[in-house]
Amino acid sequence: MTVDLSVDLCGVRLRTPVLAASGCFGFGREMAGWVDLAALGGVVTKSVSLEPRRGRPTPRMAETPSGMLNAIGLQNPGVEAFCAGDLEFLADAGATVVASLVGRSPEEFGRLAARLDGEPGLALVEVNLSCPNVEHRGEVFATDPAAAAEVVAAVRQATGTPMLAKLTADVTDLVAVARAVTDAGADGLTLINTLLGMAVDTRTRRPRLAAVTGGLSGPAIRPVAVRCVWQVAQALPGVPIVGTGGVVSAEDAAEFLLVGATAVAVGTGSFINPRAVVEVADGLERYLAAHGVGSPAELPALFKAER
Amino acid sequence: MSPVRELCEVLERRRVGAYQALTLVAPRIAEHARPGQFVHVLAGRDRSFPLRRPFSIHRVERWGGSGGPPGWSPGASGAGLGAVEIVFDVVGAGTLALSRLRPHDVVDVLGPLGRPFTPPEAPTGCLLVGGGYGTAPLFFLATELRTRRCRVDFVVGAASAARLLDPAEAGRLGHSLTVTTDDGSAGRRGLVTDPLPDLLARTGAGQLYACGPMPMLAAVSRVAAAAGVPCQVAVEEQMACGTGICFSCVLPLGPEEPTRMARSCLEGPVFDGTAIAWAELEPSR
Repeated sequence: MTVDLSVDLCGVRLRTPVLAASGCFGFGREMAGWVDLAALGGVVTKSVSLEPRRGRPTPRMAETPSGMLNAIGLQNPGVEAFCAGDLEFLADAGATVVASLVGRSPEEFGRLAARLDGEPGLALVEVNLSCPNVEHRGEVFATDPAAAAEVVAAVRQATGTPMLAKLTADVTDLVAVARAVTDAGADGLTLINTLLGMAVDTRTRRPRLAAVTGGLSGPAIRPVAVRCVWQVAQALPGVPIVGTGGVVSAEDAAEFLLVGATAVAVGTGSFINPRAVVEVADGLERYLAAHGVGSPAELPALFKAER
Repeated sequence: MSPVRELCEVLERRRVGAYQALTLVAPRIAEHARPGQFVHVLAGRDRSFPLRRPFSIHRVERWGGSGGPPGWSPGASGAGLGAVEIVFDVVGAGTLALSRLRPHDVVDVLGPLGRPFTPPEAPTGCLLVGGGYGTAPLFFLATELRTRRCRVDFVVGAASAARLLDPAEAGRLGHSLTVTTDDGSAGRRGLVTDPLPDLLARTGAGQLYACGPMPMLAAVSRVAAAAGVPCQVAVEEQMACGTGICFSCVLPLGPEEPTRMARSCLEGPVFDGTAIAWAELEPSR
């Protein structure tokens, strides 16, 4: 059985359906000593904003059962430093680059997308509408279909680069948000961001994160993420979805692909195994071969929805 | 040299006073490790998905040729010969798991990570200041400084005598040893910074190295700056990845305003004591 791992994501050919998730792979260059960046499905960069952001105070991280909370606060060097340093490095390394964009208003997102438009080496943009570690809940655009659509429309107007919209599961009706952003011009979706969480140190009687609340990631949230991909894939067939949330093994990746994802992104898994993105793809190839499947794109049709 | 991931056999686990020392067969890490660098250790691979824990390298053993530690045959772990030792205090679930390891158990280790201490260019008197188990990397450093023909004087402190890390070994490695404890149960009562001005004057040390809790490092850095002696400190920050991708382990670097949040896993854990914006750091702790 010959397996071709490559997939089409919003018109972009990826070498494998396994990407490095935003915020969990730095700006990619940090990992050049651990993996061949060109061999990955893609590198979704840490979110970039127009101006540099300092991020939150420490502690920024807390281990929780089967996962972790983080409140990094979108620390990044700003789009100019990103283009001059990180993006150029990734492009030279032959990586498939997905730039994650973050802003405080639709207008900021638009300016950011315009700045990146036409940058050599940029394959896709991912619009981060759902980072929970922001000053105001109103910046979590993906909690409101209209606000999310407004951001996506601003980005769409500014760039022809294929666009993913990254959504949160912390909503009552995810399908409504997904429909709003695809109607507004998003080519695909990334599901899901971290879930808003909190943990308390009972010894000191203080929150374990300096920011009090943070984003929960890791295998703890995988069932939520799989459910979200399943729901949206059912409601919006034909919309490419990047599944993310607790992918640490090939089986986890297969789970997402079976319920309708086009690709997956490994997040927190890279913190424990710096080669996780590569190893998940290698394992997926073995999984597909063992099941007599020639391409990851065939998996959704093989899913047996009835128990 | 880039860090590597090694599956390391436990060679030995022993008590060192109130602490635990774990020696891991890690030929590739041991070959390239420098004092001040750290390893990122994953104990147990159960379904609860534990994160790694960072530990500074306390000691490195490199056995040349076909030698090896007594009673250990290289068959199980493959060829190369070398080991790293870490020291830890059992404070939570991660260190509890480490404290239960037995010889021949296997742990997953990334290393050597981070920037090491920079040794003096020429033989220079060095003052090594350690607090509690934070003294761990200073033993490795002292060994290297001695081979560089530097005079090494140790100052070690802790809350009480039991919380000192192997003062006998510090005494053996150093030309002198000064001990302080908060409660006076060993050495002089007080803080590690108390004897520093006098020791700097008496030994003519041209370089300070320190590792321990953040308030101690802040205080040592202040004393060094006042005396005009360069000071390198190794910080211990909470971190998830150890490889620069999670941005958890940041601390503010100056002197430019606004300060810059630097990752201690990549730019540290060793920093110039004058570079850290201590005033910004202290209120949050």
